[in-house]
Amino acid sequence: MTLATDTRAPAPAPAPRKRRKGTMARSRRREAIALVMPSLIPILVLSVAPLVMGLALAFTDARLVRNPDYDFTGIDNFTKLAGNSFFWDSLRIGLIWTVGVTVLQLAASMGLALLLNSGLKLQGLTRVLALIPWAMPPVVVAIMWQMIYSANGGPLNAFLGSVGLPDDTNWLGDFSTALPAVIVVGVWVGMPQTTVTLLAGLQQIPQDLHEAAAVDGAGAWRRFTAVTWPSLRPIVTSITSLNFIWNFNSFSLVYVLTEGGPGGKTMVPVLFIYLEAFKNRNIGYAAAMGLVLVIIVVLLLAVYLRSQFRDDRAERGR
Amino acid sequence: MRVLLRPAQYLALAAYILFLGFPLLWLISASVKSSGELNSLTVSLLPQQWHWDNYSDALDRQGLVHSAGNSLVVALVSTALVIVIALPASYVLARLKGKIRAAGVGWILVSQVFPVVLVILPLFLILRTIGLADSLAGLTLVHTTYTLPFALWMLQGYVSAIPVDLEEAGAMDGAGRWTVLRRIVFPLLMPGIVATAMFSFVSSWNEFFFALVLLQSTENYTLPITLNMFIGGEGKVSLGPLAAGAVLAAIPSIVFFTILRRRLTSGLMAGAVKG
Repeated sequence: MTLATDTRAPAPAPAPRKRRKGTMARSRRREAIALVMPSLIPILVLSVAPLVMGLALAFTDARLVRNPDYDFTGIDNFTKLAGNSFFWDSLRIGLIWTVGVTVLQLAASMGLALLLNSGLKLQGLTRVLALIPWAMPPVVVAIMWQMIYSANGGPLNAFLGSVGLPDDTNWLGDFSTALPAVIVVGVWVGMPQTTVTLLAGLQQIPQDLHEAAAVDGAGAWRRFTAVTWPSLRPIVTSITSLNFIWNFNSFSLVYVLTEGGPGGKTMVPVLFIYLEAFKNRNIGYAAAMGLVLVIIVVLLLAVYLRSQFRDDRAERGR
Repeated sequence: MRVLLRPAQYLALAAYILFLGFPLLWLISASVKSSGELNSLTVSLLPQQWHWDNYSDALDRQGLVHSAGNSLVVALVSTALVIVIALPASYVLARLKGKIRAAGVGWILVSQVFPVVLVILPLFLILRTIGLADSLAGLTLVHTTYTLPFALWMLQGYVSAIPVDLEEAGAMDGAGRWTVLRRIVFPLLMPGIVATAMFSFVSSWNEFFFALVLLQSTENYTLPITLNMFIGGEGKVSLGPLAAGAVLAAIPSIVFFTILRRRLTSGLMAGAVKG
């Protein structure tokens, strides 16, 4: 405190202009802080504080009861968690869901973006259609796809029947089809953003590059691998990382579609944690699961990003 | 080869349109079918008979109208709060240079990806402690807080697009800071504010997870929660009205997103492409 006052005390003979500049910078900083405060306060109280508390709860035996009263239990939750095979099952399912949706999203969106970039008609319609899934409430999306997948009079089975395939699959209710069926919905929902991002990237590639390659006799595939893909790579890396995290953390869609069923076959970790916290009321235990989840996501992402950067460096070195 | 390429491309495009569009058509079609037709085994996209009663049935279920009202209030209030709170901060973020800006932008990006499931438990406890757990006010605050980072991101992008020279020119002409903001910055920022507001509204209108955890009393339910309850509604609710309710719930978002299409994608792009 005294130190601060000391530094603020005027120097023996300060040049008047300099001093004015100093106070101005200070008042501008104060102004900036005042302008940022209204955003900072809710974020600190309702977002940063809960995050820190969430980390702390992972080491307690907190339960969801009227009078919150809990003890510090150290790493008990984690040792208990190590033996919880249901949690590890849900992690495995979560990884299949996340990787499946992320990879298929990228592939499908790449195809659509390339099509839209190649000057076909119906672009406007396709773009609007591609954006709608993104705008719709997840609950509505889930209701809609339940109808599509319905075993009684659902259009998917009707179509399969009409081309002579088995038409009595209970897509969301069958052990073997539930997870793939849910993944398809995830792809449907996530495609717009990925497509739009890739399309923006494609449009930044100078047309000359393609033409030059074509003059050199490169076919469509060669042009893609030699021109399009290298220019698109940074965007693919960032959109894949984001999609990965979003998909890993996504809750509403699977919750409404299947509630984790049948027989836990679609129990993604976020859903598992939600049920542990709010149905079984084990807040501390659930928080420990959440912490493990965060660590896993961060590790996976670090590995992915490292491999991407290594490839980039290798490519530059070539 | 070249001759074959175009038809193949159109075929692929048709497959995409079918994949993206068919579920929507089916939902709309189900919303105008009679329960008899919905339960019959003949499956067709066009209803044999247009049955508009599903919509009035959906609206008659007072739960739906009441919760749509809740959703509307929460979305409008949180949107207003987001804009009022984010506008000054985004101006600072856009005009500031150096570490504080980097920290601010860094946090905004991190907050887009951190797992809500870790936050939701303590958030629930905090809101319960201050008596806002099962309340629309609490939900509004939560929606505001969690839309803020992205709104800040969008708005600071729009502010950055306004050349500083314009402001400096204004200041040179002797206008004070407030006058410069009011006369130069705000008018140019208006489209960005509208886009951000629409985005906030849609986020809140669609939001499911926070509402599911934080709301317990039926009279506080938002539209997505009520629709979800209808699915498990002990067979009381037939498919037609449910589909009609779903269509109604999706309309505001789709309308806003269609209007926003260009702005939103270019705003998102700024983040995705540079990031």
